[in-house]
Amino acid sequence: MNTVISPRQDPTSGPFLELRDLKVHFPTDDGLVKSVDGLSFSLERGKTLGIVGESGSGKSVSSLGILGIYHRRNANVSGEIWLDGQELVSASPETVRGLRGKRMAMIFQDPLSAMHPYYTIGDQIIEAYRVHHKVSKKVARKHAIDLLARVGIPQPDKRVDDYPHQFSGGMRQRAMIAMALSCDPELLIADEPTTALDVTVQAQILDLMRDLQQEFNSALIIITHDLGVTAELADDVLVMYGGKCIEYGTATEIFENPQHPYTWGLLGSMPRLDQPVTERLLPIKGTPPSLINVPSGCSFHPRCAFAEKTGGLDSTVVPELELTGSSGHRVRCHLPAQVRQQIWRDEIKPTLEGERSVASMSELPSASHESEELA
Amino acid sequence: MAGPAGLECPAGPAAQAEIVVTFFIRRTIGAVLMLFVVSIATFLIFFGLPRLAGATPETFAARYLSRTADAHAQQVFAEKLGFYDPLWMQYGRWIKAIFVGTDYDYGTGIEHCAAPCFGYSFRTNHAVWTDLLDRMPVTVSLTVGASILWLVTGVGVGVLSALRKGSFFDRAAMTGALAGVSLPPYFTGLMFLYFFSYQFDLTAPGGTYVDFTDNPGEWAYSLILPWITLAMLNAAAYARFTRAGMLDTMGEDFIRTARAKGLHERVVVTKHGLRAALTPIITIFGLDVGLLLGGAILTESTFGLKGLGYFAIDAIGKQDFPQIMGVTMFAAFFVVVANLIVDMLYAVVDPRVRLS
Repeated sequence: MNTVISPRQDPTSGPFLELRDLKVHFPTDDGLVKSVDGLSFSLERGKTLGIVGESGSGKSVSSLGILGIYHRRNANVSGEIWLDGQELVSASPETVRGLRGKRMAMIFQDPLSAMHPYYTIGDQIIEAYRVHHKVSKKVARKHAIDLLARVGIPQPDKRVDDYPHQFSGGMRQRAMIAMALSCDPELLIADEPTTALDVTVQAQILDLMRDLQQEFNSALIIITHDLGVTAELADDVLVMYGGKCIEYGTATEIFENPQHPYTWGLLGSMPRLDQPVTERLLPIKGTPPSLINVPSGCSFHPRCAFAEKTGGLDSTVVPELELTGSSGHRVRCHLPAQVRQQIWRDEIKPTLEGERSVASMSELPSASHESEELA
Repeated sequence: MAGPAGLECPAGPAAQAEIVVTFFIRRTIGAVLMLFVVSIATFLIFFGLPRLAGATPETFAARYLSRTADAHAQQVFAEKLGFYDPLWMQYGRWIKAIFVGTDYDYGTGIEHCAAPCFGYSFRTNHAVWTDLLDRMPVTVSLTVGASILWLVTGVGVGVLSALRKGSFFDRAAMTGALAGVSLPPYFTGLMFLYFFSYQFDLTAPGGTYVDFTDNPGEWAYSLILPWITLAMLNAAAYARFTRAGMLDTMGEDFIRTARAKGLHERVVVTKHGLRAALTPIITIFGLDVGLLLGGAILTESTFGLKGLGYFAIDAIGKQDFPQIMGVTMFAAFFVVVANLIVDMLYAVVDPRVRLS
């Protein structure tokens, strides 16, 4: 990397959350797994960052890295994580533990498995509150009931004594959010918060999260493979691939003017409710890369339809995350900016938008397609 | 109760308690039925199966008589003991004796055998029930001491192994556990006796037993080797079991949640990890204890402890049917009760069990 990231000059000023060249590597018997390989971004309070990528792209590992949930023995973590002027990678585990749950909290994917089956919802929220606040159980219980009411659980004074399995999926996710919010965290990380939920409930949960974020003025990181969720909530979007950020920009830029072929693929893979099901989806060929044997050069090149247009750079040189256009839009791609613009304008954009305009009955799935799905 | 859409009907505390009580009553009835099934099976094995093999009422009666008794005496005795009656009547009498007692007519006078009456030993003429009660304290002492020992060490080692998976400690402990599982108590027990009792004179020699009520110190001193011998066997199994359970549990999502809350690692491991990992261990622990209360045959024999296991093996060797049947029912009772307790504990420990 030629853009060497210099150490942060003044620890007290700067963005609320800043990651500088974060690397999380796991040495295994098969080789070094580079789950996160040089991730940098910053986030202010009140703003939302959407991190998008396939499974195994390093999204979840980065967030767990921020929270400091990793085995010091199993994981090599380097780089810097600044939270409100405090560096976390070099801080003691005990210091990070004190911040975890208090100033930074996390909402997990599947609330049924993410909650302990043997303790009541109330007990689990009370526990989260009492780790960081020396209050009586009674006070904490009152707080838990307030939180449950705040996230929209009816009869919170009764439901507080229920076990997770007695809640429905959406209610459980609300309870999970209540648990994360118990100490008014300034940084909230939501890892696939709606993946395990019904579509109807997804919208409610997203609404709730947006409301709460405004109320608490927290910084929100939302990790998802669902671009729809990102479009709904995020101010900025960070696209991850093979442990690296490959495109970063405002949500508007990413959706209106995406520059990386992988992002195009993600957009093409997004089913939309405003369109009939067509065969016009543009799936990304191949499978996500192994994080042990990351492809040489640009890790996306084996799956990239435009790799040959880079003049051989694709498999030899790792591309830099470079500014493109205006407003901080960055992309990690060897394609010359003009070529990218041209492909986007002439080939990709019409196909994506074509779906919207040409949608008609004749485009509905054919019988053969249907039988394929049933098989 | 009609709740908002997407909301399961919340059960109030009263309804919850009712469900728990129903659950307990249902399981208790099941346990009693199970004991009856065991009693029928036991009875059939001793009084039904021999008939298929050609036994006659006279041969049954012969068991109760001396070898010199002639055919006439056998017939008279078979008549007296009701061996000519249909099997179900004989079973009914046997069960009745257990519940309300019975009277034996010896010709010279009537002797009352008070409930629970399992009859008298062929050889010693002791009431089986009294003998069983006499042997109980030894077996209970052995089981209780050993079970505490193996539970604490087994679970402790298992947890530490899981938390330090792949470390030297883990490997050493698991190798030791393998050895512990593989070595039979009559080997380890004799080795212990040889070294600790006879070479170094640190522990009581074999065959020693002092009642707890007489002298608790002596009691523990006399039992320490049997405890260790018996515990080793199970501690090894429990260590492996706990280790596997802990490794599973510590990989669960709720452990990650617990860490994300900022809990101390100690709390994460004990309150969240161990609590969940222990549930299946409670099950096997209950069953193991129930089984041992019926007699730890090998350990008792090795150390010459006159407990129920020793009693059983002795009765089998001498073909003392009333004793064998008595000790079988006794052991079955403990296993069934242990099962019942485990079921109930499960409902207390895992809230998901109650509603199902």
